[in-house]
Amino acid sequence: MPDLLLELFSEEIPARMQAKAADDLRRVVTDKLVAEGLVYEGAKAFATPRRLALTVHGIPIRQSDLKEERRGPRVGGPDAAIQGFLKATGLARIEDAKIQTDPKKGDFYIALIEKPGRATIDVLAEILPVIIRTFPWPKSMRWGERSVKSGSLSWVRPLHSIIATFGPETEEPDVVKFSVDGIEAGQTTFGHRFMAPAAISVRRFADYEAKLKAAKVVLDPQARRDIILADAKQLAFAQGFELVEDPALADEVAGLVEWPIALMGSFDEEYLTIPDEVIRATIRNNQKCFVVSDPKTGKLTNKFILTANIEATDGGKTIIGGNERVIRARLSDAKFFYETDLKTKLESRLPKFEQIVFHEKLGSEGQHIRRVEHLAVEIAPLVGADKETVRRAARLARADRLSEVVGEFPELQGLMGKYYALAQGEDPSVAAASEEHYKPQGQSDGLPTNPVSIAVALADKIDMLVGFWGINEKPTGSKDPYALRRAALGVIRIILENQIHLPLVDIFTTSDIENFLDIKSARLEGPRLALVRLEEQGGLSQGNVERLWHRLVDKTFADAVVEEEAKTAKDRVFDLLDFLVDRLEIQLRAVGARHDLVKAAFSVLLEDDLLTIVRRVEALGKFLDTDDGKNLLAGTKRASNILSIEEKRDKRTFDGAPDAGLYNLPEEKALAQAIDQVKSEAGGAVAREDFATAMSAMAKLRPAVDAFFDKVKVNDDEPKVRENRLKLLNEIRAATRAVADFSKIEG
Amino acid sequence: MDALPAHMRPERSFQGFILALQRFWAEQGCVILQPYDMEMGAGTFHPATTLRALGPKRWNAAYVQPSRRPKDGRYGENPNRLQHYYQFQVIMKPSPPNLQDLYLKSLAAIGIDSSLHDIRFVEDDWESPTLGAWGLGWECWCDGMEVSQFTYFQQVAGVECATVAGELTYGLERLAMYVQGVDRVYDLNFNGREGADKVTYGDVFLQAEQEYSRHNFEHSDSEMLFKQFTMAEEACRKYLAAGWKEGSNRKEHLMALPAYDQCIKASHVFNLLDARGVISVTERQSYIMRVRELAKACGDAWVHTEAGRAV
Repeated sequence: MPDLLLELFSEEIPARMQAKAADDLRRVVTDKLVAEGLVYEGAKAFATPRRLALTVHGIPIRQSDLKEERRGPRVGGPDAAIQGFLKATGLARIEDAKIQTDPKKGDFYIALIEKPGRATIDVLAEILPVIIRTFPWPKSMRWGERSVKSGSLSWVRPLHSIIATFGPETEEPDVVKFSVDGIEAGQTTFGHRFMAPAAISVRRFADYEAKLKAAKVVLDPQARRDIILADAKQLAFAQGFELVEDPALADEVAGLVEWPIALMGSFDEEYLTIPDEVIRATIRNNQKCFVVSDPKTGKLTNKFILTANIEATDGGKTIIGGNERVIRARLSDAKFFYETDLKTKLESRLPKFEQIVFHEKLGSEGQHIRRVEHLAVEIAPLVGADKETVRRAARLARADRLSEVVGEFPELQGLMGKYYALAQGEDPSVAAASEEHYKPQGQSDGLPTNPVSIAVALADKIDMLVGFWGINEKPTGSKDPYALRRAALGVIRIILENQIHLPLVDIFTTSDIENFLDIKSARLEGPRLALVRLEEQGGLSQGNVERLWHRLVDKTFADAVVEEEAKTAKDRVFDLLDFLVDRLEIQLRAVGARHDLVKAAFSVLLEDDLLTIVRRVEALGKFLDTDDGKNLLAGTKRASNILSIEEKRDKRTFDGAPDAGLYNLPEEKALAQAIDQVKSEAGGAVAREDFATAMSAMAKLRPAVDAFFDKVKVNDDEPKVRENRLKLLNEIRAATRAVADFSKIEG
Repeated sequence: MDALPAHMRPERSFQGFILALQRFWAEQGCVILQPYDMEMGAGTFHPATTLRALGPKRWNAAYVQPSRRPKDGRYGENPNRLQHYYQFQVIMKPSPPNLQDLYLKSLAAIGIDSSLHDIRFVEDDWESPTLGAWGLGWECWCDGMEVSQFTYFQQVAGVECATVAGELTYGLERLAMYVQGVDRVYDLNFNGREGADKVTYGDVFLQAEQEYSRHNFEHSDSEMLFKQFTMAEEACRKYLAAGWKEGSNRKEHLMALPAYDQCIKASHVFNLLDARGVISVTERQSYIMRVRELAKACGDAWVHTEAGRAV
């Protein structure tokens, strides 16, 4: 079956747009072919700086014929309807239509429409110009004489020629005849801008690619990238060095050349006093060149590798010389910046942060730094860090942002802070925090491990969360402009991987944000919220939470505080906690853990210590994998179901202790005994956070529950006995609540 | 080119370099203009570009424009940065289909051989907030150094370009430094002579850089400049209002050029104030907006003049 070759030859396409454009071209052309009933065998698209190319192979030579029956008006229907039918179907006379008989509705006309398939080349001639005119470039432009008219073609940069051929592999293909804004599709393209600029006539993809190669154009970006990397490695290796690999740079450079030639240059060794990262950023970002390291030292050497677009007649001497000049000037600037920075103490930069807005409603960067410092010092003992070291680290962590080097290369923020802190004799953990407190930046980024960095990292992220929650700028849907989900994930990962018990409610209320609490200057003075820690039998109900909260608020704020404000504060604290628990679920799902148990483990005790929640989830997951666990879950659910039916019927709850005097079957007594035992054993174990023991205690409940349901009829005829048995069922539910809300578990 | 006396060769002298470019673009049919007689930040501000880019009429021009960037002054101590330097500006409307080739030939004319040098067109979208203008194009690299700006104007002075013009801007000092092989702008050979007859760029401009840096950063009269800004702004509006031909129902304008001069003036005065550090970050934005409004109003007037209107 025939193949299509399409090439759109233009002036230089921005490197960053090429890959997507090639993909878009493949997608829009093949989608359109399929929509036209032309199913193809394969397609591949390519991009160079000056062309987009597409080959689609195995396209049928013509569309298949279409046959369609269309139902018309009833026989003897109004003339207007019949005339309309004739017009719509293209029939000349109504006699040409068939008549179909329907026993219910009577006879009506049927038109047989036959639509012969068109030749594919004609379909292509119709769809390709439309595709070119409506191509989804992120930014496009008009040019030249034709731009005076509205509706003139717009393309990413001026489009010069189009190849469109269609035909079988062995024969001479045909040109797909169309034109776009005066550009006639044909079979001519051009080689390398400098080395082979002459016109080339091509027939199909195979000779197109080969002829381009002969004309110094490597069509496939992947091939160009491979050549760049292989040659660069070879150049470095030949001198006993190693290329510092940089996939993103390789991709970009592959989009800047049609005929890659790697060349090595060098710079004065005096610049090696600048940190490697600064040298690399200078050479990479500004000059798109690779840096080279010495395997003996692991440090950069005074070489760089550039990728030229031509084989120069002097073997590249002039090109290397020119690049060396530019890199020398750039490194000289970088060295000046770095040395200027070293003369400036980090703390002397702090006053300037007062002038920089952190967020309109959350004050200046200076305020943010002070809040983080305050919070980090509070967190310090919980992560085993020294308070004063943390204080210093938090104060200096961001100061490098206003340094000259970071001004030039924002991606070096944190790292430069570390260098400058070490240079001014700070404690190494203070220096490390400057770099590490931004971590993790995403799911795959590493975590801070040093306790000082951990304290600052947690404080920084929690201040963000608390702050933006306070001004009601929460993430919604796909909108998360302040990357709060990432901050929450960071908090979760740091806590879990470093095994930190962090009382979040306490920390939230400690973070010194007036907005968050909506209470001027007042703070919940670090109350380890009793309501969260309270080990009330059967956990806390919503009502209990409300009561306890008010007691707490009354105590903390006496009557100076308006109740409304306290309520807002509480809602925000718990809303943020819910958000973190939601993110925890998502994180556990991401790492393949039992995320479905998080709500069950969380809702029973309103736990604000994520590590405890996770441990509980893990133990619960293991327990539910055992037969005892599965059966107990089934038994508990059965108890809950019966209860909810009976509660609805009687319009009452069955709280309260059952009366032992009313037990008249051994299974009732055995169950009551098992419940008592489990409650005290499991409750005690939960209090010690020994969830494995709690679960094995729970397992003891299972035979008693099974036997009870086996032998005992809950809805006894005697109302008192019935009520007592329902109370006993309620006790099952209460006992299991020591570890989780079983009703929230699926299955 | 071989017929040129040695001291006029583009790789020997700065003035020979400029003359070579002028000769080349004259050959392409451009009118070779002289610099505009006002202070401005870039060659684009010259009415031969800003205003002539608007409307459908053909326009091919090339010229040197002294460019003033008060903030870039370094008291003559930085090897590359100047508060006054030269741009060579080419504008061709409509943009010819071979503009890239013409550009490459112009490089050859100043001694940059594309079989020896690595010349690249690297994405650079151009935008001038003060002019209400944008275009797509590239920065042109020669052996890793940015030597020119290449733009297809899409909008200027708030007006959509139809026909589209192509604009080339060469940083003359930087290119000449490369061609002459010097690392410090002040070492450029200006007149191509050697020995006692040699005049360097430093001989011509070093003292000016020092004096203007002092002026721009320390002594320029802010009070006067603030007044000048307001006066230029008011004058621009006044001339624009007065320029509409009576009875033309705002269809014909007779004074777009004098009004635009005041817009150039306001822009330069703003740059001086900015360099002096007397404009806060928030105010800065509003000054840029004010200049843009003037530019837009001038563009609107221009397209109602003889040279700017559709036929």
